[in-house]
Amino acid sequence: MSALLETRGLTVEIAGKSVCRGLDLALSAGECVGVLGGNGVGKTTLLHTLAGLRAPVSGQVLLDGTPLADLPRRRVAQRLGLLMQQPEDSLPATVLETALIGRHPHLDFWRWESHTDVAIARRALKHVGLDGLEQRVQTALSGGERRRLDIATVLVQDPQVFLLDEPAHQLDLHHQMALLGLLKNLALAQGRLVLMSLHDINLAARFCDRVLLLFGEGEALFDTTERALTPENLSRLYHTPVVALPWGPGRVFVAGDAGPGPIR
Amino acid sequence: MQSRPTLLVWLPALLLLTAAAFTLSLAVGSTPLSLHELWAALSGGGSDMSRTVVLELRLPRAINAFAVGGLLALAGTLMQVLLRNPLADPYILGVSGGAAVGALGAFLAGLTSLWVNGGAFAGALLSTLLVFALAHGRGGWTPTRLLLTGIAVAAGWGAVISLLLVLGSDASLHSMIFWLMGDFSYQTSGSLGLLMLALGLAACWPFARQLNVLARGESLAEALGIAVRPLSIAIYISASLFTAIAVTEAGAIGFVGLVVPHMFRMVAGGDHRRLLPGAVLLGGCLLLFADTLARSVAEPRQLPVGVVTAALGVPLFLYLLNRARGPL
Repeated sequence: MSALLETRGLTVEIAGKSVCRGLDLALSAGECVGVLGGNGVGKTTLLHTLAGLRAPVSGQVLLDGTPLADLPRRRVAQRLGLLMQQPEDSLPATVLETALIGRHPHLDFWRWESHTDVAIARRALKHVGLDGLEQRVQTALSGGERRRLDIATVLVQDPQVFLLDEPAHQLDLHHQMALLGLLKNLALAQGRLVLMSLHDINLAARFCDRVLLLFGEGEALFDTTERALTPENLSRLYHTPVVALPWGPGRVFVAGDAGPGPIR
Repeated sequence: MQSRPTLLVWLPALLLLTAAAFTLSLAVGSTPLSLHELWAALSGGGSDMSRTVVLELRLPRAINAFAVGGLLALAGTLMQVLLRNPLADPYILGVSGGAAVGALGAFLAGLTSLWVNGGAFAGALLSTLLVFALAHGRGGWTPTRLLLTGIAVAAGWGAVISLLLVLGSDASLHSMIFWLMGDFSYQTSGSLGLLMLALGLAACWPFARQLNVLARGESLAEALGIAVRPLSIAIYISASLFTAIAVTEAGAIGFVGLVVPHMFRMVAGGDHRRLLPGAVLLGGCLLLFADTLARSVAEPRQLPVGVVTAALGVPLFLYLLNRARGPL
């Protein structure tokens, strides 16, 4: 199967610090891939580079086999969607208007959003549990609702490749599970590629097929979730001891030394 | 949240308001005209006197006031998107300060009103280019950097304006202060302003959907396929140009550019495909009403239009703000 999103010898730096060096990835349709690493290691920078918002130091990113740099931005936006870590807007708009922004790359210059586009936006809002809030002003939402609105906007964009910067951030347990289930379904049932940075190791262990670990100093490890998520790798990744405990058919990871004990 | 009026409600309402503002402005003054006399004068009949008053005095001034109000509202809307800051107004990046220095310099030198206009326009363009060049800096061009550069340059102009006022003779001081508060009595034909307003709106409106996306954030706009940098530069240049024309025509009239976009947003929402034409009409009407009052309430004295704009606009804005539910 040919790769949907590919990197060849990708070297990314931020403020003189190396995020990854000579990274080769080949990600295909139907995959759910996690990016894990400590704070400030460059997860966001890497995602923005993969989305074409930043130029790499060297190497290239290929979308459908074509270098990103050779594709018009609008074409990229039709195939690849990026969820930002933080919303940047301060001007008021309704929830529905905000979600409809995702249709932008699919509409011709003179076109207005049609009933179909509005229906797509309403469906996406329903998927993230924001139905009924369509006419609310977006700045009036709670942190978690706002997060789900931004996710809905990417769903409305309907890309083949989802690049998600901490999608589970600010979501309660119920919405984390619903969202990850939804993303998993997008990958499995609709053949989308989902690449997301996560802070929760257990979410990655449960939902991702493969993970990319960013250790800092340009060191990276890309492997199947089963092989990459080991206590040794994770302890090194977070500079803190991590242990795996058997749980059901799999295992859960917790921070700490030798198993549960009283907290002193 | 209350439901928003549709296009079929707010557009006719604003057009009606515009017609009313023009009628009032043409009928009211030292020679009051009845609707019948006004219609006769406009259609080429009536007395010579009423024709002269309407066609040569009041109509050009009314057109000018409407055009300036529209230009300021348009520039304000664009600046608020560019800086993604609801507090931005057309003057925030120092355009009016530069224009004022140019205009006051011309007053000080005892030059004619044509030179005052020329000085104002040159000052506004100079200020625009200065802020643009300085804001680029070494780190690139962010809204915050642009905003801070604009504010610093505006503060610099403010000091020069004070200096010029101190240096000015008593004779020139009166016209200088009127100019600074905004004034339509330096008669220009108004048609240039109206033409620029029409061209400006026609040029900006096709990009309204891109403005909607840009208003949601720079990185998001980039990720959704918009060429953010060229768009930002185009917004900056056009907003500055509209402001420069408005300031040249009428001096620095505050408040319209800041508040009119918000008024429209509160009533009919923030979609720029509606907001751009809506703000233009609303801004034009507000300034036209204000100018009509400014030249008629205290006859034969003329009040500075900026004073009346604030007297009309402040209570209206506060009322709408109070009425709006939820955060803005």
